[in-house]
Formats: sequence, C-alpha cells, structure tokens
Amino acid sequence: MEEKAKKDMFDKVWSFFASVRLAIFILITLALTSIIGTIVEQQAEPAKNIALLAKFFGDSTAPTVYNIFVKFGFMDMYHSWWFVGLLVLFSINLIICTLERFPKTLRLVRSPLKPLRENAIKSLPIKKEITIKTNLKKAKDETLNSLSASKYRVFESNEENSVQLYSQKGSYTRFGLYIVHISIILIFIGAIIGLQFGFKGFLNIPEGNSYSFAILNTGPLTKAERFEKGRILDTFEVFKSDITLVANRLGLPVDVLHAKMEKYGIRPLGFSIKCNWYNTEYYSGTDTPQEFQSELVIIENGREVIKKVIEVNHPLTYKGITFYQSSYGMVPNAVGVFVLKTTDKNGVEDTLRLRRGESFIIPGSTLKGTITNFSTALARDKQTGALTTYSETMVNPAVAIEFDSPDMEKFTGWILKRYPETGILPGGSKITFEDYWGVEYTGLQVAKDPGVVLIYIASVMMTIGLYAAFFMSHKKIWIRLTPETSGKAHSVRVSVGGSASKNRLAFEREIERIVSRVSHALEGKHPSKK
Amino acid sequence: MNSALFFDISAGAYIAGMVFYVIYLAFRNKTTGMVATSVTIFGFFSQSTAFLIRWVNSYYYWTASNPLSGFIESLLRAAPLRNLYESLVFFVWSLILIHLIIEFMYKNRSLGAFVTPLAALALLFINVSGTSQEIQPLIPALQSNWLLFHVLLSFLGYAAFGVSFGAAVAYLAMVTESRREKPYIFWSIIVGIFLIVLIAMSIDFLSITVAQRKEFIQNYFLKATLRSSSGGIVATSWVVSIAFIFIVWRFGLGIKKILTSLSITPGMLDEITYKSIAIGFPLFTIGGLIMGAIWANSAWGKYWTWDPKETWSLITWFVYALYIHARFVAGWRGKKVAILAVVGFVAVIFTYLGVNLVLSGLHAYGSA
Ligand code: HEM
Repeated sequence: MEEKAKKDMFDKVWSFFASVRLAIFILITLALTSIIGTIVEQQAEPAKNIALLAKFFGDSTAPTVYNIFVKFGFMDMYHSWWFVGLLVLFSINLIICTLERFPKTLRLVRSPLKPLRENAIKSLPIKKEITIKTNLKKAKDETLNSLSASKYRVFESNEENSVQLYSQKGSYTRFGLYIVHISIILIFIGAIIGLQFGFKGFLNIPEGNSYSFAILNTGPLTKAERFEKGRILDTFEVFKSDITLVANRLGLPVDVLHAKMEKYGIRPLGFSIKCNWYNTEYYSGTDTPQEFQSELVIIENGREVIKKVIEVNHPLTYKGITFYQSSYGMVPNAVGVFVLKTTDKNGVEDTLRLRRGESFIIPGSTLKGTITNFSTALARDKQTGALTTYSETMVNPAVAIEFDSPDMEKFTGWILKRYPETGILPGGSKITFEDYWGVEYTGLQVAKDPGVVLIYIASVMMTIGLYAAFFMSHKKIWIRLTPETSGKAHSVRVSVGGSASKNRLAFEREIERIVSRVSHALEGKHPSKK
Repeated sequence: MNSALFFDISAGAYIAGMVFYVIYLAFRNKTTGMVATSVTIFGFFSQSTAFLIRWVNSYYYWTASNPLSGFIESLLRAAPLRNLYESLVFFVWSLILIHLIIEFMYKNRSLGAFVTPLAALALLFINVSGTSQEIQPLIPALQSNWLLFHVLLSFLGYAAFGVSFGAAVAYLAMVTESRREKPYIFWSIIVGIFLIVLIAMSIDFLSITVAQRKEFIQNYFLKATLRSSSGGIVATSWVVSIAFIFIVWRFGLGIKKILTSLSITPGMLDEITYKSIAIGFPLFTIGGLIMGAIWANSAWGKYWTWDPKETWSLITWFVYALYIHARFVAGWRGKKVAILAVVGFVAVIFTYLGVNLVLSGLHAYGSA
C-alpha cells in the first residue's frame, strides 16, 4: 500500500516535470522577467538606477522602490536566486521531458515499416494513382529502379494478386529535436564549468613589462587592503609566479597568501606574459582606428615559448588561458624611448633609440639633432594657428627636434609619425619617427573558460539538430501494383501513398518524380496530370 | 558607379508595390495585382544591383587601406552588412525575397499587402534614422567573419519572422468575428500602432532638415509629433493616434471580407506563418544567438554577458520557442499561436531597434 502511494507520488512529480505546459509556463516567465534586467542597469552604482526609477516613480519614492528592487535581486537579476532557480527548473523540465519521450521515438525509428492495406494507403496524406499499360513484372522492376534512384531501400510484400513495395527514409531525423534539447543542457553545463573552473580578469601591461598573474574584479577594497594588494603585486613582479618565495618575502604563510590573493583577485598564471609593444593603426589620414595590436611574449621558466601579435578578434591562447586585446592607454608619468630611423642621401638606414634631450648626428651631414619635445596628437589650432595637442592618447604622435649646424641657424621641426614627409631634411636625408616606446600600456582581457569547448560542441549539435528538425523529414512511401485486364489489354494500376513528418509539399513533388520516372520508362511519356 | 540611384529606384518601386498590393486587396482587380508583383520584382532586381555595386565599391575601399588583405578576406570584409544602414537595407531585400518566394509558391499575392508595408516602414526608417549611408572604415571589433555571418543569418531570420508577422496579422483579421473579441482588439491595435509609426515617421521625414538627419535618430525620432517639444502637438498627436486606432478597430472587420473574397483561407495563412517561423527560427538560433556568442567570445573572451541586446534576442528566441512548442506539442491552434507570432516579431523589432532607441535613451541621464 505504502509502496503504491510512493509510486503514485513519484508519478505525479514526474509527470509534472515532464509536462509541456510547465515548459510553456517557464518560457513565458523567463521571457517576461528577462525584460526587467534590460531596463534597470545591472550591477550598476545605486545612484544610476535610483535616477532611472525616479523617471517612473518620482524622486521621493524612487529610493524605496530601489530598495524593494534590490530585495528581489533586480539589480543583478540574472544571477539572483529566483532567476537561476527558473533556469534550473527549465533544465529539469527539459531533461525529464526528453527522457519521457525518447524511448517512444526510439521505438518508432527502430520498428520496421509494414505493408499497408489498400484502404490505409488511400487514406494517407499524400496519394497518387496512375494506370500504365504494361505487365506486373515490368511495372515492379521499374518501380524498384525508380525508388532506388531516389535512394530508397525497398521492401516487398506479395499479396493475392498484387505486389506492394514500401520504404522509408530519414527516420533518424526524428532525433533532431533531442539533439537540440540536449545541446541546450550542454550549454548550461558548459556555462557552469566556466563559472566553476574558469576566471575572467584583466591585465594592463606597459610596453616592455611582464606580469605573471591576472587581476580579477573584486568587491570594493579599503585603503589598507588596496595597499596590501599593491605590495603583493610588487613582490610577484620580483619573484614571478613562485608563490613560496613571494610568501617568504612578505612574511606570510602560503595559505594566508592564497586567501589574500583570492580576496584581492590576484590569479597566478603559471607563466609570464610580456608586452613588447602596443600600437594603434589608423586609417590613413584619419583618427579612425583600423587595428589595435600588441606583440605579446609568453615566458615560461625563463624561456620564450610563444611570440605573437594579437589584434581584436585574434587573441593569444596558452595553456587554456586566452589574452584578448581589449583596451590601451598611456602609462602616467612614463618616460619612453624615441625610436627614429635615419636615412642618408645614399639610402643607408640606421635606427636610433634616444631619450628626450639626447642628441644625434644625422649621418652624412654636420647636422646635429636634439629631441626637445613630444606631442601625443599634434594639430594646428584653426583659429590661432598655434600648435596644440588634441588628444591624450597617441592618435597623431609627433616629436620636436632642434637642428643645429655650424653653418646654419638653429631651427626646430616637428616630425609626425603619420606624415613621413615631415621628416625630409634639406640636403636629402630623412628622419622617420617610428615610435615613442614605453609610454603606452596594452589592456588585455584574460579569460580561462574550460566550458567554452562544450559550448562550441553544443552549438554544432544545435545547428545539426535544428537542421534535422526543421529542414529534413521522415518520409514513408507505399506503392501498390495491381494488374488489371480489360479485354485483351493488360495494364497495372499504381497506387502510391506517402507521409512525411515535415514539408509535405516537397515530398509530394518527390513522389511525383518517382511515379513519372516509372511511367516514362514504361510508356515513354510523362503521365497526364490529374 | 553609385549604388544610391538603384537603391532609390528600388525604394520607389517597393512603395509603389505596396500601394498596388493594397489597391489590389481592396478592389480585387487582377491587372492591379500583376502590376504590384511586377513593380516589386523590378524593385528587387534594382536593389540587388545596388547591393552588388555597393559591395564592389566597399571592396575597393577596403583594399585601399588593407593592400595586404587577400581576395576572399577582402570580399568578406567588404560585404555591405556592417552598420545599421546596411543591415536595414539587407532586411528589406530579404523580406521582399521571402515574400516573392511565398507569392510564387502559394500563387496568391494578397500577402503582399501585409508584407510590403513592413518593407516601406524599414525604408522610411532608413531615411529618417540618419544613419550614415557612406561606406565607412571598419573598426577593429567588426573585422570578423563570425560577425558577418551573424548579421547575414540574423537578418534572413528577421525577414522570415517579418513574413510570419504579416501572415499572422492577416490570419487574425480573417478569423475574428466580432469587435469585442480580444484577438480582434489585439490585432487592430497592433496594426494601428504600426500605421501610426509609419505616418509619424513620414512626418518626421518631411519636417526635419538635412542637418538634423545627420544626427543620431534618438534626437528626432517622432519629435515632429508624439515626442514634440510643444505640449500642444504632443496632445494632438496622441488624440489623433488614438482616434486612428479606433478607426482601424471600427472598420477592421472589412478586411476579413476582402481576404475571403480573394480565395485566401485561414489555413493557408496559418501555414505561411508556421513555415516562415520554421525557416526563421533555425536561422535566428544559429546566426543570431550562436554566431553572435562565438563572435563575442573571439573578440572579448565572453560569449554571454546579459547585455540588453543579447537579452532581448534571447527573449525573442523564447517567444518563438514558445510558438513552436505551443503549436506542435501542446496543440494550441488558431488565434492563440497567431498572437504569439505577432508578439515574436514585436520582440524582433525591439531587439534590433528598441534596445538602441528606447533603452539607451532611458539610460541617458540628464537628457530626457
Ligand atoms: C528554448 C528551448 C527549447 C528549444 C530551442 C526547443 C527546440 C525544440 C525543437 C526544435 C523541437 C522540434 C519541433 C518540431 O518538430 O517542429 C522541439 C520539440 C519538442 N520540445 Fe522542445 N525546445 C526547447 C525547450 C523545451 C522544453 C523546456 C521542453 C520541456 C517540456 C520541451 C519539450 C519538447 C517536446 C515534448 C517536443 C516534441 C517532441 C515530439 O514531437 O515528440 N522543449 N523542441
């Protein structure tokens, strides 16, 4: 008795989770609640959303509404307990629903096709009938030919005075929807793996520097904590990824250091990454960026393992950790090196690396150049005609060089990187401003996501599944050949019936083709349209 | 060569096509119907020409600044699907393509009266939106094949959803019997709103200057009427709009008679609705969601971030998944699923335009 009650209970719960009504309810709820998070800004400063709410509820009630919203998790709703709960419910529903139906589909696909009685063929959704002047043997052979030309594996059944040929194709397409459903579950699993075993961080590396950790976003830190975080990072720079040495130097037990690193979002990479240089390429003559590039080097155990120039859409991956070009900027108060290329009258080139204030001799001349000034983005003010710097980033970098020669008056010229012709000197030699190196940093997204592989596999599965579910169909065809005699003339009645799980129109046309092939072969003409 | 001329010709042809389709629907004159189809086909070829010319031009534009880029890569980077303007143009093209295919498959041209207004709305939007029509340099994040296929497939999907919307509205118009019925009220309000936006945008278009047109659309979208700075105009616009919806509601029953006399059956419309969703859903899933996520992952290292655009495409996806399951598994039929098809397309429009127009406006502090 108790056993039975338990079983009833189980059946009830099972059928609740297997029901499509629940799926419909969840889909509606997900669609509606998702809207909230697109209106209130997620994970934003409170002031922003209070200002937003004030537009709907007025200034005085907005803070109260805000607090209620926070209670419901609306300010970070896609991670709130109830939204995650909905997704879990959705997955359970999907899994159970799929488990419930799959055996039936399997049986359907596995069970062999059976011949049908005349009436049953006539009541199929697609039917066609023609009569051909021929005998049964020929009719059968041609029908077999035609069916196998359309790639049907044909079965045969002989009845009293007629023959039935029948076949099916694409029964496995009935699995399409299961593949789609499973791929959704795999995507959830992939996302969970990513959250559990991966991380998302960032790293700003000045040109020429290297780091052996990534920084993850953390909650707000106090001043003392920020100070300590800085100290740990500095120590890391000295000892690279050797945690024991870092802990020793800081005078902390290793596990305490680990806990602190977790708290401050310091994630050791297990190797070092160095930025050789960063460069923004602009469309010629404009300030529109064409490419953001950094040359990165992976250093492991003191050895260079990989060197690669990364761009947006072309990241670098090493040991499961991927570095994406995501931003750039100027290092505050940095002093860099000017890289200049000189070309003398005869075309002989030389590359110079100089600091501000340093001098050099232009090869093949008596001209002495001294670097006196630098601008990140040089422009001439339209009104005053004075030279100005119009951007803090290196949009249009220019270097000022003072030229001095015994037989000439001192003069200063600006050489712009973007306009090489500004470096042509009297006398035919040339200076090209290649780079002001060491003042920019490259901003990298650092991500490790072991779940992505699964997401990609699931994407491929979903694509295949959707294709099978919507663009392919399970087609069944029965053809019954009945000899008929009227007087001396022999003829065969060909009755065709078919059904398709999708796209009936296309199957109708296929059947049309199959039949016309038969009649064409036997009578040398297309059947008259009925 | 300039693609603008061919594009303007096609725009004119589509709008003429719309007028003829509607006249055909009203007076059931066979010649008018043939004219409607011919004009639309002519517009389609003209637009295809414009599309190819633009592609060739942006190919040269791209290779000029990327001389090292190979032929195939340049061709992909130059595909004219790279900004709001180009994607809307492509939407119109796909919509007309799918419409013409259905017209020939079902040998019935009445659906044109429901689909061409969508094309006209998109065309108007292109003109009013002030999105730059010049070929622009491609910023680094957009230089990705994933992005290209993402846009291409999404928009084919959107166009298929657009057709299902037209068919679903026509279906609702055919099967509702009384003005008191909720589905009737629903479709008459939706059609009313669409027409009002169409008209209001035309007024925008006529009243703004060329200089204003260069601004971002948020600054003047419906500013001539419903969002005017003058309270009087706003009030009048609202009154007129509501009156207009009332008129659609009051006389909407007439459409049913017309459609019936054109030998359109509700079954046919239902099938078109389903078929277009069956085409649009896989395209949108693969192109819109999957490829979008792959692109985001290759560019930023995050395949999903719940930003409003992503979330709205997910909402759209939920609605269409709902349609499929409600219809094929739960056995919903008729009005209920047709309403879902309409809601789905409203979500599509919101995903594509509303997120930029409405939500980003909400978040622009101190301006409103
Ligand atoms: C948004 C997520 C979902 C997607 C994309 C999806 C996709 C699909 C597709 C493509 C089909 C085939 C439709 C057809 O043959 O026309 C299908 C059928 C089905 N789905 Fe889903 N599905 C989802 C969620 C669910 C959930 C949560 C359930 C749970 C109850 C469910 C239950 C079913 C059932 C019972 C069928 C029909 C099976 C049959 O014909 O025997 N689906 N689904």
